[in-house]
Amino acid sequence: MSIYKRQLSKSLHTHFSDIDIHIKETVNGVICTVPVESWLEVAKTLRDDRDFDFDQCIDLCGVDYLSYGEPEWPTDEVTSTGFSRGIRGKGPGRFTWSERRKETITNRFAVVVQLLSLNKNQRLTLKCFAPDEGMLVVPSLVDIWAGVNWFEREAFDLYGIIFQGHPDLRRILTDYGFIGHPFRKDFPLIGNVEVKYDEDKKRVVYQPVSIEPRVLVPKTIRRDSRYVDNAANQENS
Amino acid sequence: MAEIKNYTMNFGPQHPAAHGVLRLILEMDGEVITHADPHVGLLHRATEKLAETKPFNQSIGYMDRLDYVSMMCNEHAYVRAIEKLLHLEAPIRAQYIRTMFDEITRIRNHLMWIGTHGLDLGSMALFLYAFREREMCMDMYEAVSGARMHATYYRPGGVYRDLPEKMPKHKESQWTKGNDLKQANEWREGSLLDFIEAFIDDFPNKLNEYRTLLEENRIWKQRTVGVGVVSPEQAKAWGFTGPMLRGSGVAWDLRKKQTYAAYDKVDFDVPVGVNGDCYDRYLVRMEEMAQSGKIIKQCVAWLRNNPGPVMADNYKVVPPKRATMKEDMESLIMHFKLFTEGYSVPAGEVYSAVEAPKGEFGVYMISDDSNKPFRVKLRAPGFAHLSAMNDMVKGHMLSDVVAVIGTMDIVFGEIDR
Repeated sequence: MSIYKRQLSKSLHTHFSDIDIHIKETVNGVICTVPVESWLEVAKTLRDDRDFDFDQCIDLCGVDYLSYGEPEWPTDEVTSTGFSRGIRGKGPGRFTWSERRKETITNRFAVVVQLLSLNKNQRLTLKCFAPDEGMLVVPSLVDIWAGVNWFEREAFDLYGIIFQGHPDLRRILTDYGFIGHPFRKDFPLIGNVEVKYDEDKKRVVYQPVSIEPRVLVPKTIRRDSRYVDNAANQENS
Repeated sequence: MAEIKNYTMNFGPQHPAAHGVLRLILEMDGEVITHADPHVGLLHRATEKLAETKPFNQSIGYMDRLDYVSMMCNEHAYVRAIEKLLHLEAPIRAQYIRTMFDEITRIRNHLMWIGTHGLDLGSMALFLYAFREREMCMDMYEAVSGARMHATYYRPGGVYRDLPEKMPKHKESQWTKGNDLKQANEWREGSLLDFIEAFIDDFPNKLNEYRTLLEENRIWKQRTVGVGVVSPEQAKAWGFTGPMLRGSGVAWDLRKKQTYAAYDKVDFDVPVGVNGDCYDRYLVRMEEMAQSGKIIKQCVAWLRNNPGPVMADNYKVVPPKRATMKEDMESLIMHFKLFTEGYSVPAGEVYSAVEAPKGEFGVYMISDDSNKPFRVKLRAPGFAHLSAMNDMVKGHMLSDVVAVIGTMDIVFGEIDR
């Protein structure tokens, strides 16, 4: 398995030497990050070139990197409070819509594609960051792999990433008339509205959520030697 | 004569042949479909977002509720993703148990599929036969995990516990007594492995029963042969996996090609279709059940002769034994930390996939050194299959829509997530 990864990353390097791509080779697979400008070009080469032959696009998803690596309970210092009470900040699932974070970070949204080549039996994770200038726009891959149609609709629905050239970019998983993009990290876990049956109006109505945000276990980050060393050793071998 | 125009028809979301909550907007020209627009998401529960707010182990149960007719395969993909990030290896016995239960799950799933597919296409009896055998598979789940459906049996580092020595028996009741009770308990005298073996030895006969009902049945063939034909090129382009891809003649099976658990140590064949129609996919799935039986038989033989641990010896991830906790303070601390905080997974990203009964079920996971996954993306095979609905039913008659929905083997737990 490791031979194919080395070969794959080598041919990626040679084919895309003129593009600013970033290739990471781990025991778990090859991850290739490309700039959004060359998204289509790289995808097309990966499908058509004999060296890659990625005839299937298995999966496409969005990722929101807001709050990446931010713990709610610091472990590198002493606290006077206990684990469940010492929560700092409003981590995922602990805020309402009005309390959400409003800052923007660079390279916040990414589109991640899992490619599979049936002939060469290899996989590749292809990734690009969506430029955030008021609107997230990434070229659509529908013309290259027809199967990504719904996956792009899903990423649009859940993250608000707009796929340019997509023939039918509608919401797919959320309700008709839903407002917001629920999988963004600044969208509350409890949501904004809930539905109930109104006895007077004789129909189902929307109303603001009546529940409190509540997550039991705080997010902690531990970079323990036992994990890091182990992982580094594995990565090198 | 009045001019006949196309009209749109609403199919579902509450329709017995929609296999859940599928809403189809069909544009019809007489009885011929010109356009189909599936509306999904009526069962959306934001599983992926929920998983981001919980320690890794607490989301295993959610995986059962995705594709709720093939529970353990979903768990397997999720657990493998964590294991890959942790560089943790499950003991060999656990690998065999996982292989065996993945295949039991496959039989379970295909029985559900053949039952409902048959029911949709006019074979009522088959449904009852298939559910008779499915009940046995439920009992296997129950014996090993305590739950008939949502097992939460696979854990990072192995499986929750070893196979039970005794198979639970039916008790005497108003409805089961005397000879009935004796018959119901016939296979349950020994261990779980004895029960599984007895079931698998008998299963080919059961498969033949289904075949006599369908294989040469004129109505069945009229409803399935030449319906929903998918060429290999189309299947690849649309992201088809599993029986949907193999039915079109592409010999691709993750169990063989990107092997995991103990699949490289067992002998089995991968059935492949020729024409890519509903009938071929039916044949593929039927043969898959027979092959699953073959795998289970080999696993049973191995598991009988090779006792050993079923969980990795790593108290950071795996809860310590009750007995050691009584005497050993470190174990107690580990136990406390594991169940309050959970374990931290090294930063990185991984895509792990298994050959679930419906196709490739994948988990893409990003970790940021914390005790919760930063992002979990679940790749459901049914989602890709259903997205090709319009292309598959265009030009077919209305009644063929039901055949195509059936042949896709869709379950909304995994499509809507």
